[in-house]
Amino acid sequence: MTPEAPSKKQINVPVMADLAARNESPEILFWVGCAGAFDDRYKRVTRAFVRILEHVGTKYAVLGLEESCTGDPAKRAGNEFLFQMQAMQNITTLNGYGIKKIVTACPHCFNTIKNEYPALGGDYEVIHHSTYLQQLINEGKVGVTGGESFKGRRITFHDSCYLGRANNIYEAPRDVLAALDADLVEMKRSRANGLCCGAGGAQMWKEAEPGKKEINIERTEEALATLAGKAEALANLGGVETETSAPGAHDLQGSIIAVSCPFCMTMMSDGVKNKEQESKVQVFDLAELVASAEGINA
Amino acid sequence: MPTILRPQTFPPYLYRMLQSLLFALLLVAAFGLFIWQVRKIRANILVGRDRDMSGNAAERFQKTLLVAFGQQKMFKRMTPALLHLVVYVGFLVINIEVIEIVIDGLFGNIFGFHRSLKFLGPVYDVLMATNEILAALVIAAVAAFWWRRNSNPPLKRFSGPELRMWPKLDANIILYIEVALMLALFFMNTADLKLHELRGEDLPGTFPVSNLLVGLLPSAEGTLHVLERLGWWIHITGILLFLNYLPSSKHFHIIMAFPNVWYSRLVPQGQFSNVESITNEVKAMMDPSFVVPPAPTAPDGSALAPTPFGAKDVDDLPWTNLLNAYSCTECGRCTSVCPANLTGKLLSPRKIIMDTRDRMEEKYNSPLIFRPNVYGEEAKHEPITDLANATLLRGKVTPEELWACTTCNACVESCPVNINPLESIIEMRRFLVLEESAAPNSLNVMFSNIENNGAPWAFSPSDRFNWADDLFAAEKPAKTAVA
Repeated sequence: MTPEAPSKKQINVPVMADLAARNESPEILFWVGCAGAFDDRYKRVTRAFVRILEHVGTKYAVLGLEESCTGDPAKRAGNEFLFQMQAMQNITTLNGYGIKKIVTACPHCFNTIKNEYPALGGDYEVIHHSTYLQQLINEGKVGVTGGESFKGRRITFHDSCYLGRANNIYEAPRDVLAALDADLVEMKRSRANGLCCGAGGAQMWKEAEPGKKEINIERTEEALATLAGKAEALANLGGVETETSAPGAHDLQGSIIAVSCPFCMTMMSDGVKNKEQESKVQVFDLAELVASAEGINA
Repeated sequence: MPTILRPQTFPPYLYRMLQSLLFALLLVAAFGLFIWQVRKIRANILVGRDRDMSGNAAERFQKTLLVAFGQQKMFKRMTPALLHLVVYVGFLVINIEVIEIVIDGLFGNIFGFHRSLKFLGPVYDVLMATNEILAALVIAAVAAFWWRRNSNPPLKRFSGPELRMWPKLDANIILYIEVALMLALFFMNTADLKLHELRGEDLPGTFPVSNLLVGLLPSAEGTLHVLERLGWWIHITGILLFLNYLPSSKHFHIIMAFPNVWYSRLVPQGQFSNVESITNEVKAMMDPSFVVPPAPTAPDGSALAPTPFGAKDVDDLPWTNLLNAYSCTECGRCTSVCPANLTGKLLSPRKIIMDTRDRMEEKYNSPLIFRPNVYGEEAKHEPITDLANATLLRGKVTPEELWACTTCNACVESCPVNINPLESIIEMRRFLVLEESAAPNSLNVMFSNIENNGAPWAFSPSDRFNWADDLFAAEKPAKTAVA
């Protein structure tokens, strides 16, 4: 996003096992998640978030090779046995290190660890990275200046189900985006009325059932129409009976769909490609936008 | 001809007492029948599995006040919210007049009084005026409701394979009964007004709507008396019939919405239930010293049949999901916001709730009217030959519906009375996966990836930390926190 910075430093990501060996404990544990660790696109988000952690000087660590799937997709698909096996394995690891506070960039990991691990013996303070970034901005630790400017660019935020409806976090990601001084536009189906990207409930790993349309296409069309200010395309959206105003037509060039979830990232990116708008519209995670604006990418 | 049947010699006090007696009998019969039906439904709901209900009563009370009494979630959609509010407030306020009717009916005839609440004076004026205005508004709102359902095409959420036949008829019957009840009220008041006018008396109360209708009625005192009695009887008999229609109808929500909201979940919507029996098994596997608690036994100490994982039939669901089914008024807000349904998939959360109710009544007790949905081609249903073994899963809800769910909680969020279709979907998915190993193949691949690699994709676990290789950041002095 930003041109190569003149001077750069290498980051050696601290691993929990090493900290424990030195009898140290981190302020936060960064839970990377499987998508953040393996998905090429979402690895960029993980790296952006680590740059931010380094930049603000937070004492953090990751589990590295000791991390394993939280079990979220297994639980949503009905495989409670596999979920609990995964959960107890992770809880053993986390409790073994005496972890108190966890930050993650994945709403699914966030929801599972925060809400479903306590019944199995894992009690932690769990924070989604959108809330964490909001705190950094509020505390003035991140100024969102010095890097790429987003002033005047049209951004629409796609709510993740597992952050929004599942955990009532609607404002933190919007506050982060507001700090970018961009031109924020809301989709008609947003916040509690947000439309799923189509990947939740283990749909990410299977073909959709027969139907008229893919869910991510339905959602991407809404996002693109919102960014382009096409009122007529928004007039007859299913699932909403309220009226909305979609002022003026806009060139899509340089517009952004902001996401806060690895699966939303995949689904919205695929949708933009399907609509052949990838040269004009980009899909970014909040951490990437903040790191760019802060000018800490290298 | 015996003397007693000749009206002219029929003593008036006997006639009045007969009315009171008839009314008392009607009242007892109606409430008896209603209680009999409610007990059946209660028994249906209690076949469900236990559910931990510990928690904060104050929070439940507040939720019931806001969501059920206050209709908080209805106001996400303004037009239907306002129309519904009229009917809801009308129902609440007009019920005060029903109290008067019951007192009049039981005692007024014997002791020769009429409109027993008139002692309220100016309050009675306001009450009667409010009633009349609300009754007129109810008729207007019901007309709008009828139009939204029956225009061509109807509102989208009033269509779908689960909303044909009986459910469609039921919705209209409710609207017709409501109009009939309001008209009977006006009939009664107008005749009463005119009767008093002719006698040169002043009728207690203020009747803004009936005042306009007085001219429409004949001026014969005898006829007016009959008309007033007719309106009175139609109104109260209609209400008592309607009461007994409720258990067979989606309109039962006017009662069940309150307990349903009270017993709705207080945890975040993203938190799915934990399966305790599995927790014990997993703990025993991971820690050989863990002692698995003994399985629950029947009250007489005998062993209970093992309960399956997840739900195949209604008795495998938590009882709160069965309560959900009786609280549903089939408004379709859930289905209208479901991403799967919006994109043409078979899943409709409303259908799952309606199927649950149908299945309970098919397997256990049914109220006076029971006409379960029968699905065909449009819902991809095979004709069911063995009704007794047609469980909720497969007999009514197909795996294709269940696998289309993205667990996005849009249905849960949208329900004005806190019904949770997602819980039932997950329970049935659990049965498919854990009891039948009947997950779609791609999901089985995902499961084995998690088991083998600790990730849902086929990546080597040793590559999990590769993202941190060659990671650089631009040098930039960190800002110090603003005090």
